[in-house]
Parts: sequence; structure tokens; C-alpha cells
Amino acid sequence: METVKKPSLLESSVKDAGMGAFVTFALALVMVGMKVDVASGLGAELFIEYRWTAVAIAVVTVFVGRLLLNLFFWKPDNPLAVNLSGLMPSGDSATQIGKALKPVLLIIAIALPFALMFWLGARGSRQYIDLAILVTTYIMLGWGLNIVVGLAGLLDLGYVAFYAVGAYSYALLAEYFGFSFWICLPLAGILAAFWGIILGFPVLRLRGDYLAIVTLAFGEIIRIVLLNWYQFTGGPDGISGIPRPSFFGLEFKRGDGGFADFFGLDYSSIHRIIFLYYLILIMALVTNIVTMRLRRMPIGRAWEALREDEIACRSLGINTTNTKLTAFALGAMFGGFAGSFFATRQGFISPESFTFIESAVILAIVVLGGLGSQIGVVIASVVMIGGFEFFREFEEYRMLVFGMLMVFIMVWKPRGLVSTRAPSVTLSKDAKGISADLVQEGHG
Amino acid sequence: MTMTEPLLKVRGVETYYGKIIALKGVDLDVHEGEIVTLIGANGAGKSTLMMTVCGSPQARNGSIVYAGEDITTKPTYEIMRTGIAQSPEGRRIFPRMSVLENLMMGGMVAENKYFEDDLKRVFELFPRLKERQHQSGGTLSGGEQQMLAIARALMSRPRLLLLDEPSLGLAPIIVRQIFEAINELNKTDGLTVFLVEQNAYHALKLAHRGYVMVNGVITMTGTGKELLSREEVKAAYLEGGRH
Repeated sequence: METVKKPSLLESSVKDAGMGAFVTFALALVMVGMKVDVASGLGAELFIEYRWTAVAIAVVTVFVGRLLLNLFFWKPDNPLAVNLSGLMPSGDSATQIGKALKPVLLIIAIALPFALMFWLGARGSRQYIDLAILVTTYIMLGWGLNIVVGLAGLLDLGYVAFYAVGAYSYALLAEYFGFSFWICLPLAGILAAFWGIILGFPVLRLRGDYLAIVTLAFGEIIRIVLLNWYQFTGGPDGISGIPRPSFFGLEFKRGDGGFADFFGLDYSSIHRIIFLYYLILIMALVTNIVTMRLRRMPIGRAWEALREDEIACRSLGINTTNTKLTAFALGAMFGGFAGSFFATRQGFISPESFTFIESAVILAIVVLGGLGSQIGVVIASVVMIGGFEFFREFEEYRMLVFGMLMVFIMVWKPRGLVSTRAPSVTLSKDAKGISADLVQEGHG
Repeated sequence: MTMTEPLLKVRGVETYYGKIIALKGVDLDVHEGEIVTLIGANGAGKSTLMMTVCGSPQARNGSIVYAGEDITTKPTYEIMRTGIAQSPEGRRIFPRMSVLENLMMGGMVAENKYFEDDLKRVFELFPRLKERQHQSGGTLSGGEQQMLAIARALMSRPRLLLLDEPSLGLAPIIVRQIFEAINELNKTDGLTVFLVEQNAYHALKLAHRGYVMVNGVITMTGTGKELLSREEVKAAYLEGGRH
């Protein structure tokens, strides 16, 4: 018997590193090696500056780096991806950890402002509570979008439109009719849901890519209308002086009749910040509770079934149009709530806050978190939004890091951080099953 | 055959895919309590007829009457609420949902109070599904998935069950199990079954009556036994097909 000769590890590694170095050489030759510059002094002649040392450094770095990675990390019997997934608890244990994680996260979230106040004082903790508000807003938006994308499987690239509708509903209602935040909040949600239905009716017969394009366009239409309807929305100037929310009628102001006065506290601007934090926390938790409840109800199960197989759904007597519309309207409603919170927190809104990149970030949170996973959205929001803010000094590299994070997740956990799906019903307590992790998409 | 009005009456149905005609005027009856099979080669239009009964696509001409009610132009989800249930071609179970959730989806249109009993009944019929009720659908074997697709359809308490190629891609022993289950449903529960099959031998042996379809037209009809013994049927559909 003759065995096939297998190239040794060293041999194949060197070959691979050589290939990598060659590609680097080809790329770097022009892009790094030659730099066009304008000559200083006489005239403005262009000349080419040659930087062969830089090319050599790049090639050597790639060669050595790849060789080392090949020898120590990418060995066929011990690939990097496997090593990495070892870091993350898999399947059952992830659900277990998830169960324990939820109350812990909740307690942290509730205690956060006081812990920060205790350690950093009112002045020092302000920026962190602000950041927490921002993160929680994105968690709420993520949870809202999760209904549409994660559960019902409808790819919505224009979710920010509903956020904008909510924000502008509150701002305009307050400006024209003098309504308070607590009246506007439900109205903003209803209006956003209404726009969700208006958009939904014509487009929900579309699927996948087509739906994505139409929702993308819808997001832009809303933004452009807001930008150009100068008499009504103030166009690019936005709307300022949006009233702040009150604590059951108590305003956060200095002097008599304010929040601090009523409770006998010394006035501090941090009170309002903490109040806003708890407000968005409660709104986000309501979103979560509603979603989790719906998931256990027939409509929620129908959403998930719709994501899995639309034709099968129809053959089971499910009105797919209505099912999609409810998902769309509900997702939009929560987006609208978040929008009116955004308006009241900022006190000023303009169409600039509602660009496509916002939709992309929210979608990225949902996808990175694992479609349909509520806890995944929390983790992804904290990492992404928190990370963005913490690394503000390195703003130019933000997108680079963002891209690297995406690639990393796609290699490591292609279905998002939390990709296990716990069934919404079990008959017996000791239910054991094979996790959905192991299942390929498609029809079995 | 009884002279009563059939449960499902298909008359002169013509179905198009765009400009291409797929069914060229089909007449077909399914009486209450019968197993009727429709056999034919690939692309003959068997599945198209079944899907036309379900309203997707809808027939351009002709009529489909179910239990005395014209359902030709009704939307699919309404047709599926009138007592017709379907196990579609390719099974189409929900792979990421558990077996139990799949069955609950099937029971969506039925009244809630029947759920426990119906669940018991399908688990009795397919004990394998009971063992695997908490497993996600996609992890089941092909045969189990087919059982699940049928069980899911049964959860809506149908009067008429439409089965599209339940034997597709399954091992002979599993095919036998599934056909036995269909027979049992018909005998014990009095369920009316309309079965589209390529596995002509098994289908004709099981069915009371059969239809043969060629290029969108019904060319032959008769009892299962009659068709099995017809030379044309033997030549076209049964040679080497005895498995």
C-alpha cells in the first residue's frame, strides 16, 4: 500500500507564507512603494517618491507573521476558529449562562446610576450615565427591530424612519399643540405604527433583498421629506426647545415646585439625567417583556414560522400579510417610542440624526447579537455603542474596528453572539433537545 | 361509487404559470371517506393541481368546489381554514422550531380545546415524534420530517388531507410506515385523502381510486386495482418501480 505523501507542516507553512508575501508585494509595490507628492518650492510639479524600505517591511512582516500563524495557530488539527469557539460556551451551557446572566444584568442596570454617583460623584458620573442612556436607547431600538428582523425575518434597512417619525411626532405635537411628553409618547408610538402599516401594505409582498431595498428607500424618503418641508418641520434647522419630561407633573427645575424641592433634595442637574436613564430603561424593559410574551403566543410563533417558511405558513391557514403587518407595526411602534424619548432627551432634533448609518448600526446590533436573541442585542449594544464612545479619541479608526469586529464575529460566530434558540413551549420540565445551533437553514 | 355530491369537485380547471399552461382542463372528484391518488411523471402537473386546489396559483378557468362551496378564487389561508389541510411537497417543516412548536403551528386554525387530544392522536400515529418533540425540526431524519409534515397538517382537524409526494426520497421501509399511517387515518378516523405520488405502485395499492395525469390532462381513471393492472400504466409508471 502506498500512502499519499503529505507535505510537512513546515513546508506547507512556508509555501503559504510565501504566497501571502507575494500578494503583499504586488499590492504594496504601487500602493505603498510609490507616493505621488507635490514638489514644494518652484511651481507645483508632481513627483513620485519611492519608498522601497516600507515595501520590504510590509512583505517581511506578512511573511513572518503568516509563517508564525501557520505554525502555531492554523495547524490543520488545531485551527484558530475552533480555538476561538472554545472561548464561548456552546449550546446548552450558553442557555444556562443566559438564564443566570439576565437577572444579574438587570440588577446592574438598575443599580448603575447610584453606583456611579457613589464612586464618581454627580459631576464625574454624568457622562457615564449619559452613555448608559445612549446604550439603553440602542438596546430598545435593537429589541424593536428584533421583532421585525429577528422573529419575523423581514429585512428592514430603514428602521430609522420610525425612530424619526416618533421623534418628530413628539417635537411637532409639543410645538403646535403644547402636549406634554406623557401624552405624546403613546401618540408617537401609534403614529409610527401607522406609518409601519402604510409602508407595510404595498411592500410586504416583496421578499428578502427587494424588501430590504424598499425599506431602505422609505427611510431615505422620510428623512428627505423632513429635510425639505421647511415650513412644517424646520428643515435642516431642526426643531429646538422640545419640552423636557416631568416626573408625574414635577419638573426638574430649580426652586419651588420642582422635583428637588418636592422631595427636599438639593437641586442638581443630575436628577434629570438619572430620571431619563430610568425612563429609557423602563421603556426598553417593556419592549422586552412584550416581545417575550408575544413569542409565546400564537402570533409570535407565527412570526417565527414565517421567518422559517412562508409557503408552509400559508398552507397552514395563516394570513401571512396580516402576520407581517403586525410585526412591522409593532417594531415601528417601539421605534417610535424610542424616537420620542430621543427627542425629549436631546431637546433638539434635526434630520441629521436619522441617516442611513443609524439603521445600519441598529441592524448590526441585531445581527451581531444573534437574530432573535434578546440578550444578544444587549451585549452587542453595550459592546458597539459603548465601544464607540469609549474610543472617541480614535474616531478615525472607528469604522476600521467596526469592520474588524464584523469579520471576527462572522468567523467566530457566524450566526451572531447568541445563536441558540430556546423553544417557546415545552410540555415536560426536563425537556432536552438538540439545539437549533446544529440545524442548517432551509428545509431540513 | 355513491351518487352523492363529492367532497372535492374539480371541473375544467386551467392553471397558467405566466403564459405557460400547466393544467389543460382537469376534472377530478374526491368523495368523502375515499383515498384518491393522482399519479404521473415529473412535470405532468400533479403538484400544480394540488396547489391550485389550495389557491396558489389560482385557476384561471374552471371551478373547484369543496363541500358545496366554491373555493376557486379564495386566498390560500382561507381555503386552509375550511377543513382542507396539506402536507406540501418537500415537507416544508419549520427547521429551527421544535417538533412541538411545528405541531402547534399546524393547530393554529383549530380550536384550542382540541389541542391536547389531537396531539395525543398524532403521537399515537407517529410515536417517533413524541420521542423527539423538543428537538428542532431540522435535526430530524427525512422520514421523521415527513411524519412531522403530515402530523402538522392533521393538527388542523381536516376533513380532507392533501399529501404531495410523501414518499419522496425516503427509504422503502419508511415509505411503508407512512402509507400504513395514511391507511389507518382513513380507516379509523374516516379521513378523506387526496394523494399525489410518483411512487405509483404503492399509491395505487393504497388508494380506492386513481387518476393518471400526462402533460396537464387526466388520461386515465379507475379504481386502484384496475389501474395497477392496466398495461399502459404498467409500462409507463410501474416497470422497475416495485419497491
